[in-house]
Order: sequence, then C-alpha cells, then structure tokens
Amino acid sequence: MINGISLGSLYALVAIGYTMVYGILRLINFAHGDLLMFAAYSALYGTTLFALPWYWSFPLALLGTGLLGILVERSAYRPLRGAPRISLLISAIGVSFLLENLALVVIGGVPKPFPRPEVFDRVVEFMGIRIPVLTLYTPIITLVLLSGLLAVVFRTRVGKAMRAASTDFETTQLMGINLDRIISVTFLLGSVLAAAGGIMWSMKYPQVNPFMGVLPGLKAFIAAVLGGIGNIFGAVLGGFVLGVGEIFIVALVPQLSQYRDALSFLALILMLLFRPTGILGEPVEEKV
Amino acid sequence: MKPTGRRTNLLLNLASLLLLAGTLFLFHRYGSDYQVRILNNMAIFIILAVSYNLVNGVCGMLHLGPNAFITIGAYTSALLTMSPAEKELSFILEPLVWPLSAIQAPFSVSLLAAGLLAMGFAFLISFPVFRVRGDYLAIVTLGFGEVVRVLCNAMQSVTNGPLGLKGLVPHTHLGWSWGVAVVTVIFVTRLTNSSYGRAMKAIREDEIAARAMGVDPFKHLLLAFMVSAFFSGVAGGLLAHLITTISPNLFTFLLTFNLLIMIVVGGLGSTTGAVLGAALFTWAGEAMRVVERPMNFGSWSIPGIPGMRMVIFSLLLMGVILFRRHGIMGRREFSWDWLRGRRGPS
Amino acid sequence: MNVFLSVEHLFVQFGGLTAVNDFSMHLVPGELVGLIGPNGAGKTTVFNVIAGMVKPTSGRVVWRDEVLDGRPSHEIASLGIARTFQNIRLYRDMTVLENVMVSFHHHMRSPLWQVMLGLGTGVRQERLIREQSREILQEFGLAHWALEKAGVLAYGQQRRLEIARAVAARPQLLLLDEPAAGMNPRETRELGDLVQEVRRKYSLTVLLIEHDMRFVMNLCERVKVLDHGFTIAEGSPSEIRRNRKVIRAYLGNSADAPGE
Repeated sequence: MINGISLGSLYALVAIGYTMVYGILRLINFAHGDLLMFAAYSALYGTTLFALPWYWSFPLALLGTGLLGILVERSAYRPLRGAPRISLLISAIGVSFLLENLALVVIGGVPKPFPRPEVFDRVVEFMGIRIPVLTLYTPIITLVLLSGLLAVVFRTRVGKAMRAASTDFETTQLMGINLDRIISVTFLLGSVLAAAGGIMWSMKYPQVNPFMGVLPGLKAFIAAVLGGIGNIFGAVLGGFVLGVGEIFIVALVPQLSQYRDALSFLALILMLLFRPTGILGEPVEEKV
Repeated sequence: MKPTGRRTNLLLNLASLLLLAGTLFLFHRYGSDYQVRILNNMAIFIILAVSYNLVNGVCGMLHLGPNAFITIGAYTSALLTMSPAEKELSFILEPLVWPLSAIQAPFSVSLLAAGLLAMGFAFLISFPVFRVRGDYLAIVTLGFGEVVRVLCNAMQSVTNGPLGLKGLVPHTHLGWSWGVAVVTVIFVTRLTNSSYGRAMKAIREDEIAARAMGVDPFKHLLLAFMVSAFFSGVAGGLLAHLITTISPNLFTFLLTFNLLIMIVVGGLGSTTGAVLGAALFTWAGEAMRVVERPMNFGSWSIPGIPGMRMVIFSLLLMGVILFRRHGIMGRREFSWDWLRGRRGPS
Repeated sequence: MNVFLSVEHLFVQFGGLTAVNDFSMHLVPGELVGLIGPNGAGKTTVFNVIAGMVKPTSGRVVWRDEVLDGRPSHEIASLGIARTFQNIRLYRDMTVLENVMVSFHHHMRSPLWQVMLGLGTGVRQERLIREQSREILQEFGLAHWALEKAGVLAYGQQRRLEIARAVAARPQLLLLDEPAAGMNPRETRELGDLVQEVRRKYSLTVLLIEHDMRFVMNLCERVKVLDHGFTIAEGSPSEIRRNRKVIRAYLGNSADAPGE
C-alpha cells in the first residue's frame, strides 16, 4: 500500500508536467519522460564526476532539467506553433528519440549505478513491516513540491496567466500577455517536477540507462489521461490511482505481473473509450 | 502537349515493371548476399512505408502502432511454416497449443494468413481507436503496439515468449519481396485515386465538412486501417522469413519511428514519397553503418559510436519537420506526365 | 400542402446558456426561407441541429416524415440535407474539382471491389462523377480553376465553391450559412441570381442565414427572425422590415438595420 502511494507520487510528479503542457499547447510532449533520464544522469555525474555532495548536485540537476525543458520548447515546438498538430507530435517523438540516442552516444548504453545518499538508505520498522525510508520520503517530498507548484499556479500572476492560457489560448494572446514566457515557465515547472521524479526514481531503482525514461513517461501520460488531461489535480489523482492500482494488482494476482505494463495501457484505452476527459474531466474551473 | 493516354500509361508501367524484374533477376544471379539482403530489406520497407502512409498520410491519422501488425504477421507466418517437429523442439518452456502445434502450411498460405490475421486485429481495435482523434488516437495505437509486444512476451504457449522462434526457413527471396511490394503499390495507388481515396483525403482535410457531405469517417478510416494492417502483416511474414529469427523485442516502437521517418521525409501523403523514403532509409541505414564502425585514417582511428545512426536519423526527422514539413514529394505523386515535363494531376 | 421539414419546439442549451429557445419551423418543398437575427441569436445552432452536428436538449426535427433523432451528420447528408459553413471549410489541399467530386461519393460510388479490380463499371462511374463535377463548376463559374488547390481561390470564389460542393451532394434541402459574408454588392447580387438558378435547376428547398439585409429581402419568400434564441418575428420580407420588435433587436447596429 505504501509502495503504491510512493509509486503513485512518482507518476504524479511526471504526470503534472504532461498535463500542464497539454493544457496550454494541446501537445503531448513525448520527450517529457526523457527529461527524467536527463535529471538522473545529471545528478549522477554531479555526484560522481564533480564530487558534489548530493544536496548540491540534486538541485542543480533539477535546474538543469528545467533549462533543458525550455530549450526543447524553444527549438522544437515553438517554430511549429501554427503547423498542423501531426507535425508537433512528430517533432515531439523526434526530440524524444534524439535525447535518448544522444545519451546513448555520449554516455554509453551500459547501465550505471546511481549513488544513493546514505540518508535515504535507511530502513524503518513500522508495525512489523520493514520499510525503506525512501518510500516514505517520496510522497512527502512530492507533497512539498506539489504545494509549491499550487502556490505558483494559484497565487502568482504568472500562474494566473498559465491558467488563462490553458482555458483560452487565443484570447490570452490578444490580451497582451507574453505567451512565450508563460509557456517557458510552464515547461520549466513541469520539467523540474519530472526531474524530481526522475531522481527519486533512480534512488528507488538505482540503475540508470538512456532509455529509463520511456516507461515511466508513458505511465505518467496514462496517469494524466486517467485523471483528466489538462487538469493538475487530475494528474495527481491519476498518478496515485495508477501507482496504487499497479501495486495492488500485482500483489493480488502475481501471475499478472508480467502483464502490468499492458494493463496500464488497457486502462488507458478503456478510459479513452468511455470517459475521454478522465476522472476529473476537462471542464473544471481550476486547471493549468 | 497531350496528356499521357491510358494505354501509353499502361505500356510505360509494364515496361518499368519488366525493367525492375530484369534488374532484380540480375542481382539474384550475380549479386552478393549482402546486396540481395539489402534489396529484400528495401522491398519490405517499401511495403511497410506505403501501407503506413495510407493511414498517416492519406487519412491524416497519426497511427503509432504499425509494429503490432508486423509482429502479428511475423508470428502467424512463422508458426505456420514451421513443421510440427521444429515447433516441438523450439517450445521448451511451454508446449505450443493445439492446433498450432500440428499445422503446417506452405509459405504463400502463411503470408496470406499473416495478412488476414493482422487485418482481423485491425478490425477489432478499430472500434476503440477511431472513437478518438489526434493525440489520443496516437497514444491509443501506441498502446496497442505495446500491448501486442507484451502479450507476445507473455503468452509463451503461443509465441514461445522471449525465446522467440528461430531457424525459420529463408523463404523470402527477391521475387517474393518485390512482388508483394509491387502489388502493394498498385493496390494502394488505385485505392487513393478512387472515390474512396478522395473521401479519405477529405477526412484528412476537414472531417466535419466531409461528414456534412455524406462521408462516413468510420467506414473509410476502417478501410484504410485494415488495408494497411493487411500489407503490414504480410510484410511481417516476409521479414520473419528473411531474418529467420523473430522475437517480441524485434518489433518495438523503434520500428514505428523508422517508418515515420520514411514517410515524413518522403512526403506525408504521397505513395511515391513513401517509396522514396523507404529506399533512402534503406540506403542511409547501410551508409550510416560507417559512422558506427571504427574508422581508420592512416595512423589513427576513430572508434565506432553506436547509436550515432539514430541520432542522425532523429536530427533528420526534426530537420524535415521543422524546415521542410512536406518532405521530398509533399503530396504529389509520380506520373509519366510529370516526367515528360507536363504538370500532371496531383 | 405537404411539409418537407418540420422543426418542432427545439431547445438547445449549452451549460447554462440557452442558445435556442422553443424554435419551430415548417418548410414546404421549393421554398426559399431566410433566418436572420443579430449575432449570437442561435441561427447557426439551429442549422447545426438540423444537419446533425449538435444534439438538441429537447424538441425534434422531422424530415420527409422521418424523425432525425441524433443521427450522425453523414447519414443526414445521405437523407438529402446539405449545408455550407459560416467559416469556410473547404478541403484546402485538394483541387477545386476534387472538392466537388467528394460530394458525389455518398450517392454515386461503385462497390469497392469493382473499383479495385478496375472493372468497367468502376471506371465509368468515375468518369461520370468527373463530368458532372465539371458541369457544376461550370454553373458556378469556377471551371477555370478546376485543377487549382482550393486554398488558393479568392474569398468570393471559395464561398461559391462551398455552395457548389453542397449542391453536388444532390440534396433536396440546402442550408446556406451566411453565403454572402464578406462579399461586395456586385458579388452579392450575382450570388443571389446563382442561388435562384440553382434552386430552380435542381428543385431545391433553401434555408439560409444571412446578415446582408438586401440579399435576404430580395431573395427570400419568407423570413424568420431570431434574437437571443427566441423567435421574435416571422413573415414576408416587407412585413419583417416594418416589424418594431425586429427593428429594436437590430438597434444600435445601424449597418444591420433591416431594409436600408
């Protein structure tokens, strides 16, 4: 159960990024999952190559990933803003593959171990069950980040502009709000959250390889859709539903464990069939 | 200048076919194994690209799951051509279910079955798939691609799971691969030029308007989807008997990505473009091997960089999408008129 | 008097907004009726319901004794109702000729297997479709641009192509949504003549939405006026012109004042 919540919060973190970008640009950023990979590697190299203590290298990785997100948006999505949607999607797929294979070329395909700082290594006993303290930290950190995000979205002017843009793109443009900057901020925030998810993921499954972002990325996307794409709360809800659901199904019916990825997709397909707007649905007042 | 008459068109087409057959025969007789393999690859890619373009380019639906149909076709074909004895030997984890364990069929039949089964699968999933559009459709088809792959890995009593199927008889030769390629091109071209093809293009251009003019989107998308799946399935069968070993992880999203590159670079919406894209991709794929092998310049050498090929391909795809969205052909097709210097129909 | 189209007590609500409030209408074969009203009055919504693109909250549409209940728009097109769009929705990347040819698909296509095998009937149908499409282009003065992409046509020509395409679907009822929008007086007059001619030649019943009052007054036999979803007046053009409620509805926007 705790595992489920922990996994769920990871999915939630990444799902938020997807949903924010989709809310404004109506684009599924295929490359979002790969940002996770970038964050993991940055943290890895920060700690090993540059011998920085983790409380330096992790935040730097977050920042770096955020900047990468902005870079991707500027170079691969912004030029295509007036183009047919299929072009944007293809561009996103291209970016994703590019990032993955660049990592492959530059770093090599051999999985590298992720240095897990000791503070996260301990195990705690609770009612007779031994729980790695990381599993507990993950949802807590997620909540902290989430509250930070919500504060930005609902309390700041930038956040208000983001919400406006996702409700009505054209009108927001006409009202003199600098849409480019809003979009950059959106990508920044979404990427940072994904990065956090990526680092925590690599602490949980401490093997880093160039394609590690693919599956979590897809799962996070499914989570975003399940919860209601375009809606932050939906992404969080979807993330938890998916995470908990996955752990539960595998716990209850162990023979299905190899099918667990397929089941996630099945859930997606069913959801799209019967309630494409997701659990929380699009027409909700507050969304980004 | 008068437009090329129907009879002249037909004669020119036949002449080119003969030329193609002749060239292939020469390669078959005198070409190296490597060359023949490349040509077979090219033909299979042509089949895949042309059928993929039917859904993505002509209908305008971003379908990201062609690898599912290829996989189904490959496995169907393989399971049918293997003898019962071979199957018993291969299925060591779990025995193959009956009746698959007992059937054996000639290659041609297996190809037909491959196409039909893939087409059947397309029919089944078309109901959920075409309920949605755009990004959702892309993700749903991607999902089906993944589901098929996972199922192939997991259903060991049918597919032999991760072990895959080995030792297939290399039935695929130039006659088969290029024969099917020619049939595919003719079929798809005829379909696209027909009233049905126009309806599909109308759906691409403006679905709401097409509906208002009496075009049933589901029926036409289903048609394109099933035709595409059929040829993809046959191509899967051809591929299986070319490389003689198949496993679930052979047909991943990477394959879809490559197909996407082919049709985008060639020109999304153009069958000619798909053929060109496939041919270029095959050639480039081989040429790029250079980049991935160590290169020796006199006294010093640059070590090969694996993965560089995909980096270049990714950059190519992005370059085309960003700077020349229409690819090589745009939506135009090759015609004898054009070759003779007169503007032909688009 | 046999009624062709009967719209009965149509209510359309979107969220909290009532776009159409108790709209009823009867059309007799061969009529040319206009639907007018200030912007946002619900006129296009009525069209959308008849053409099957929007489901009404309540009420029904009966076409030739058949109730059109939630049928998809392509089915309604096969039943004989065709429409144009307020913001032009041409197949921009296809040629002008092809734009018209698509409309023939639902009533003149040969079975697929005949087409694929290249059999005589398939080929002949294709030629017929092409010929008839060219004829229509000729009538609409667009024959010269047959092989151009629809997207390159001038605005007025695009509007005409929209109508040509709808006529090619061989409807009995033609719904024209602001066909004269953005046209200068000369083009508008020519369009009026064209609509009359097409109606005569193909025995069409026409229902049109327009803001250009001169166009409506000269062309329509009957006019219904909507405002904020309500039907506020109905009658002949001259009656409507003098109707005080109508004048008030348009007040404040002198360019739309009826009968200028």
